[in-house]
Amino acid sequence: MNGSPTEDPIRLEGFGPRDLYQRREKIFTRYIGGIFQKLRFFTGWPLLTGYFLLPWLNWGERQAVLFDLPAREFHILGLTFWPQDLWLLGWLLIIAAFGLFTVTTLVGRLWCGYTCPQTVWTAIFMWVEQVTEGPRHQRVRLEQSPWTIEKLRKRTFKHAMWLGWAFLTGFTFVGYFTPVRELAVDFFTLDIAGWAGLWTLFFTLATYINAGWLREQVCIYMCPYARFQSAMFDKDTLIVSYDAIRGEPRGSRKRTAAAHELGDCVDCQLCVQVCPTGIDIRNGLQYECIGCAHCIDACAQVMDKMDYAPGLIRYTTEHELSGGQTRWFRLRSMGYGAAVVLMTCLFTAAVFLRIPFEVDVLRERGELYQHVAGNQIANQYRLRVLNKSQHAARLSLSLDSSLPLQALGVTHIDAAAGELLDIPLELTAPVDSIRVPNTEVRIQICEVDSDLCVSEVTRFLGPIE
Amino acid sequence: MSNIWHWFVIAGTIGSLVWFLWLLFANRQTSGDETTGHTSDGIDEFDNPLPAWWVGLFVLSIVFALGYLAYYPGLGNVPGTGGWTSTGQLEREQSAHDARFAGLYADLASLDQPALHSDRLARQVGRRLFINHCSTCHGVTGRGSAGFPDLTDDEWIWGAGFENVKSAILRGRTAIMPPWGPAIGEDGVADVTQTVLKMAGRQHDSAAAARGETHYKTVCIACHGLTGEGSAILGAPDLTNDIWLYGGSVEAIATGIRDGRTGMMPSQADLLTEDKAHVLAGYVTSLQSARAAAQ
Repeated sequence: MNGSPTEDPIRLEGFGPRDLYQRREKIFTRYIGGIFQKLRFFTGWPLLTGYFLLPWLNWGERQAVLFDLPAREFHILGLTFWPQDLWLLGWLLIIAAFGLFTVTTLVGRLWCGYTCPQTVWTAIFMWVEQVTEGPRHQRVRLEQSPWTIEKLRKRTFKHAMWLGWAFLTGFTFVGYFTPVRELAVDFFTLDIAGWAGLWTLFFTLATYINAGWLREQVCIYMCPYARFQSAMFDKDTLIVSYDAIRGEPRGSRKRTAAAHELGDCVDCQLCVQVCPTGIDIRNGLQYECIGCAHCIDACAQVMDKMDYAPGLIRYTTEHELSGGQTRWFRLRSMGYGAAVVLMTCLFTAAVFLRIPFEVDVLRERGELYQHVAGNQIANQYRLRVLNKSQHAARLSLSLDSSLPLQALGVTHIDAAAGELLDIPLELTAPVDSIRVPNTEVRIQICEVDSDLCVSEVTRFLGPIE
Repeated sequence: MSNIWHWFVIAGTIGSLVWFLWLLFANRQTSGDETTGHTSDGIDEFDNPLPAWWVGLFVLSIVFALGYLAYYPGLGNVPGTGGWTSTGQLEREQSAHDARFAGLYADLASLDQPALHSDRLARQVGRRLFINHCSTCHGVTGRGSAGFPDLTDDEWIWGAGFENVKSAILRGRTAIMPPWGPAIGEDGVADVTQTVLKMAGRQHDSAAAARGETHYKTVCIACHGLTGEGSAILGAPDLTNDIWLYGGSVEAIATGIRDGRTGMMPSQADLLTEDKAHVLAGYVTSLQSARAAAQ
């Protein structure tokens, strides 16, 4: 595609020897409405609302979603996860990755264009720009104008709103890790100190810099997903594309011009001006394209004004562009989809069949065995019992061994919610019952109310005559 | 770190920082060619510009490194202006930890012995302290082992009761049974062994026990008493029961008489505060009744 050099004064390419360290060219996006922008709006707000309100929900006595890092307890509604359950998180991330793969092979960069926080927050910040500094041409003029009171006022207002929104974002994020109600009181009474304050400041600044200043630089230079997804594209993946066959040769014309030699592209540059990553979609598929469909909506408006059919720039596939049909059911996407469904089922089963207790048995290190009163042999152990559930539990102890073992003093264990107990345990057996120096013992801990059990194998040592 | 390594580390650190800066400066312009000339599988490596803010981050990290090296010990043996040491950090963290739990221990230390035995938190804290500080010698269940007293029976060599136990924890105990072999000879040792077995009510040779009685009344009586009842003040064990700190076999008893024994309970005062020792003594004194209840 050999498009003429763009005439947009803001994006002029340099040629010849140049700085290896490239200045970021500021992109001034033009506001555009349209069906895909509405779609983003109506899918985005429920997600945003969820993000901002979730920490305020309570579950019983406690915040419904709280990742308590100092205590190493991760509460999600009625479930509490412990570091021992980290494999579940790994599982979840793998499912999320495969979900992303499935979506990407089918519909391309849907995540980037609609749901990625970088896109959503950038869109919000751009809206703030629109409100405080006016539409695109005014912002370009403001950028080039010398500092005046007016410019200072507009800029101050913009950055204040950016920072305000960034603070809400950072505060909410920290609210997932520390009780948000206490945090809010601390902030209102200006009694904020320590890590919570520092992390709020960090996430506020990170949001402000990412969505206000870095924007498309994150997608182009930092995001690994933007780069590796091309491995998942095929000729049937949905992409945002300009229909060159229909559009070329491009050129401006009068709206009333009836017959001409030109294609449908009127070369109005709107698709370039609305692009948040500053590319010209007419140059074909580029790695910078995040699939946000701003150019589709912009072009649709122009086509409508010109009384042309819409879809000069549209969601399409390489197959369709070259005159073929899109094949929706492909081995690769169906394979990814099947993997997601299967793993989600297994994950759900793993979460709900999880036994919320753990036991570890440590043999006493001081002595192998002891002769004790009553002609008995004693072995000492230390049980570490962890109650990972959200309720107090009464646990019973039972032994499975070929020896007539007795557990002295331990009949049941009462463990409060989330409690880790060290239980000294002495097992005894009559000397004359011991035939071999080393016998296997299975120590089983069962919850009395639920019959859920966990067990651990250890050894009982004795003398040989 | 020796002088050579000291300068090696300084030269390596500063040298690489300077080298990084030079790399950034020397590569500030490209040739203007579109590719670097590298080709692999028909794919050309483009010579694309790096974003300026990215370079800025490199420079910032070098500035940060200089600040870090000035403040923290990083350049060989140079201590850094901040005075940070790993020992200092450990001490700060320990004192922060102690301050955090001081209130809890103060509350527990206000409980008397029966309350310590019945309070769930006191028992749990006491058990943790016991496992951390005592179980190496006395065992996790307090059963002890050869040379380390069983804390679950009813013999208290240095005296029973809460205050005695607490005092043993804080001040430690040193018990010495002198070697009598050289003084009374091998026959004397064998005879006194029989005397001791008789006191314990065990099977013995009465003739030898009677001979040993003379030695006993000369040397043993001073600590173990006329009837072998022992002395809590001196830490001399009661010989009339069947509890033997170093093993109850005839050989073990004879060895004790011949070669003597040295028992050492180290003072925990450097490791435990008075409050912690109080909670711990509560736990230790509860072991005996817990075992009696279980049996």
